[in-house]
Amino acid sequence: MPVETWLYFILGFMIVGSVIALEIRDILSSVVAIGVVGLGVSVAFLFLQAPDLAIVQFLFEIFAMVILIRAFVKKDYHMETPARVHGILVGVSILTLVAVLVASIPVFRLLPAFGEPLMETSRHYVDHGLSDTGAANLVSAVILDYRAYDTLGEVTVLFTAVLGTMTILRIRRAKNGGGKDA
Amino acid sequence: MILYILCFTLFLVGVYGLLTKRDLIKLILSLAIMGYAVNLFLVLFGYRSGAAYPIVTEGAAPGPMVDPLPQALVLTSIVIELGTTALLVALAIRLVEKYKTFDIHKIRRLFG
Repeated sequence: MPVETWLYFILGFMIVGSVIALEIRDILSSVVAIGVVGLGVSVAFLFLQAPDLAIVQFLFEIFAMVILIRAFVKKDYHMETPARVHGILVGVSILTLVAVLVASIPVFRLLPAFGEPLMETSRHYVDHGLSDTGAANLVSAVILDYRAYDTLGEVTVLFTAVLGTMTILRIRRAKNGGGKDA
Repeated sequence: MILYILCFTLFLVGVYGLLTKRDLIKLILSLAIMGYAVNLFLVLFGYRSGAAYPIVTEGAAPGPMVDPLPQALVLTSIVIELGTTALLVALAIRLVEKYKTFDIHKIRRLFG
């Protein structure tokens, strides 16, 4: 089967999985459904010839599920409260989003067709990557050599996020331990 | 083109979750869905039919390769997404501890 057919199948599967994850009442099932969607992304990356991304996405999925389940399912397990949101509001949202989808179809027609990328900057990377950087894997050549400052910025963002998480969680621990009201 | 539209539909499913759901965890999951859709869209954009993964193998004739640039940037984006998800989860834990509810409509007093 051609790649496109597989991708149609995987993307349809992911859309169904996301809708199930959002609509199901049980939070644990919802988190697991999101995990399935993420693994679908990983398989799609494999079909798109991106093995590095597939591995990273797989790890991301596992970490995200561990974080979400550890954080919410153990202590504060709950079912989603039955929504008091009016059906009219939901209907209006869905109609608006469908309208956005239909209105955006001409935009997708302007994009280059699937399977024929522009590759203007990347042509240089593909042609000279090995001789310039000595890295056989061109993705790591781009990350760690051509665009190393981007990676530095990424690490900064990640560090800030981790610092924020640690700070927020430590305030809680200090508050619980000291018994003081913040 | 249909692939792009399907990918955008996935993104819109995430937006729908953000607009209509009231549970904190559902909101975090909606953001995760939107992230998946964007990452997948960028990689779809760099695919070249019949090309191989962008790794030079010794001895083999250099055939056409897929675009390595979106892959490198998406790699960055996936890692950052993990960091932001962890930050969101930490914030949600604090909110739940303070207000004892997951329902964002009941969390009204955000000023202390």
